[in-house]
Amino acid sequence: MNPGTVLITGMGGRLGGRLLRRLHRTRRVIGVGQRVALGLPKDVEYHLVDPLRSAAREVFSRPDVKAIVHLGVIHDSRRRGSHQSNLLTLERVLGYAEQFGIPKLVLLSSANTYGPRPENPQFLREDAPLLASGRFTEMRSLVEVDLYAQSHLWRRPETEIVILRPAHVLGTVRNAPSNYLRLALVPTVLGFDPMLQAVHQDDVTQAIERALMPGIRGIYNIAGPPPVPLSKALRVLGRRSVGIPYSLAKSGLTGLFQFGMTHFPAAELDFIRFVCMVDDGAARQALGYVPEHDLRETLLSVDEERWA
Amino acid sequence: MKKPSALALLADVTRRSGLPLVDRVLDVARRRAEELRLRVVGHDFDERVAWLRRRYDSMGGDPFGLDPDVAKRVVTVLSFFHRLYFRTECVGLSNIPEGRALLVANHSGQIPIDGAILGTALFMDLDPPRVGRAMIEKWAVTLPFASTFFNKVGQVVGVPENARRLLEMGELLLIFPEGVRGISKPFSQRYQLQPFGSGFMRLAIETRTPIVPVAIVGAEEQYVNFGNLDGVAKLLGMPVLPMVPQILVPGGQLPLPMKYRLHFGEPLHFGGDHLDDDQVINDKVWLVKQTIQDLLNRALSQRSGLFT
Repeated sequence: MNPGTVLITGMGGRLGGRLLRRLHRTRRVIGVGQRVALGLPKDVEYHLVDPLRSAAREVFSRPDVKAIVHLGVIHDSRRRGSHQSNLLTLERVLGYAEQFGIPKLVLLSSANTYGPRPENPQFLREDAPLLASGRFTEMRSLVEVDLYAQSHLWRRPETEIVILRPAHVLGTVRNAPSNYLRLALVPTVLGFDPMLQAVHQDDVTQAIERALMPGIRGIYNIAGPPPVPLSKALRVLGRRSVGIPYSLAKSGLTGLFQFGMTHFPAAELDFIRFVCMVDDGAARQALGYVPEHDLRETLLSVDEERWA
Repeated sequence: MKKPSALALLADVTRRSGLPLVDRVLDVARRRAEELRLRVVGHDFDERVAWLRRRYDSMGGDPFGLDPDVAKRVVTVLSFFHRLYFRTECVGLSNIPEGRALLVANHSGQIPIDGAILGTALFMDLDPPRVGRAMIEKWAVTLPFASTFFNKVGQVVGVPENARRLLEMGELLLIFPEGVRGISKPFSQRYQLQPFGSGFMRLAIETRTPIVPVAIVGAEEQYVNFGNLDGVAKLLGMPVLPMVPQILVPGGQLPLPMKYRLHFGEPLHFGGDHLDDDQVINDKVWLVKQTIQDLLNRALSQRSGLFT
């Protein structure tokens, strides 16, 4: 049976590229994105268009589209208007799913939306509140995207909505945790060595593929191999690190960020002070998800294609 | 040929006869230190550490960040207090079940040395060794170094989810239901239990975990507290301000070298509904409290002296 076409938004990103390579052998893949994607497989159709533009409507309206994977969420809070465009894009995508009767929508959210807090339990379940934006206003766009999708989760029986909240995704992707671990000299907060949870990029695409199975809906945390202290992760990677007192690191980072000399906002320091880890029991049970990459592979994946 | 200078001659003599002498002295010192260490920690110490390492490695590492290397060093220091300073005597260790259990004990002594000694006893005197896992305050997690230290020796943030997960792992939880009320009580109230919290009882009923009552004798006299200055403490914004004149005497900052006695009672099993009314739960808590008070009274009447 032909499972129908998958439409991936934000396919120009690195994770989108990994995902389409996993999916395109078994089903047709169409991509929508705003970044130029090179070297795509021949059977993949890619439209360089903003999903908010009416030109994208034609792609969503095709009758053979049976699932949407929404990766097109901008995580970089410095991109102007990212907050508004994240919400508007999701609203538009949800609207298309309803209008054209697309039976499946997978949203890639993030475990970071729970927020790193000293009072966090070691492993958060899916029913924990998303408190990241409390201390960290830059996160509010991601939190609101997750909440907005949640509000549609049970309201519309004809579309199965799946929200995936992976822990720190590591790999060739250009996200904050991978960039952080790629630094030659890794700054840490003096006196803090929190447990970290990482998940390999290909385990995330595996989870997305499993979420596309018919009958799956709901919110699932995605975790990788068992967590390790930050210091051990840096040892595995062979990185040198330097401990900086929190107050100094905070003021320094605030200054650097203002002048555009770093991609890390000062509030993100809490991610290397406190725990923000998830319990992926639900995903293991309902999706049959099991991470295939062990700790070493997951961590070392940030150095792959380093100079490519 | 040039005559060797006086400095070169001196260097030569030092190298030939001076350094070996220093080496020998250091060697003796090192051997003495090692002998003392072995006398304090016992000859099976390394085996115990290895046993512990195997236990947590088989789980893929302790998810809460217990680090056997750090724990080993900390226990080495604590065992000096345990074996030589307080000369701890354990009664009824066989009452501790092999699986999970809640160890509920009285709390006293102005600073929580009793918890550290109880934890050390579980590691040094129990076969196989166990790690006693206590719950720490949320604010302690925000302190640099302290939070890392607590994590690495196996202490966790005091939230119910963490307690449940530890019990699922088959761990021993140390519970001091008196909390700060017990720690800072004046000398006149020694060995009189303060009001108990009831959270541990709901946890025990919910997870079907046996409760082992523990009476800690000795800690209550280690600092003589003539009373708490509540008014002044409030004025200074401190949680409590005890009057302990002994700390003004040189060396009095150390606790008095009382003989510690740990009495472990038979495990208690509680059934019923963990969501029961406070009244019902408090009756069960009262039973535990009474059992500990009985253990304390019996231990006090049996003891031969304060220091022996």
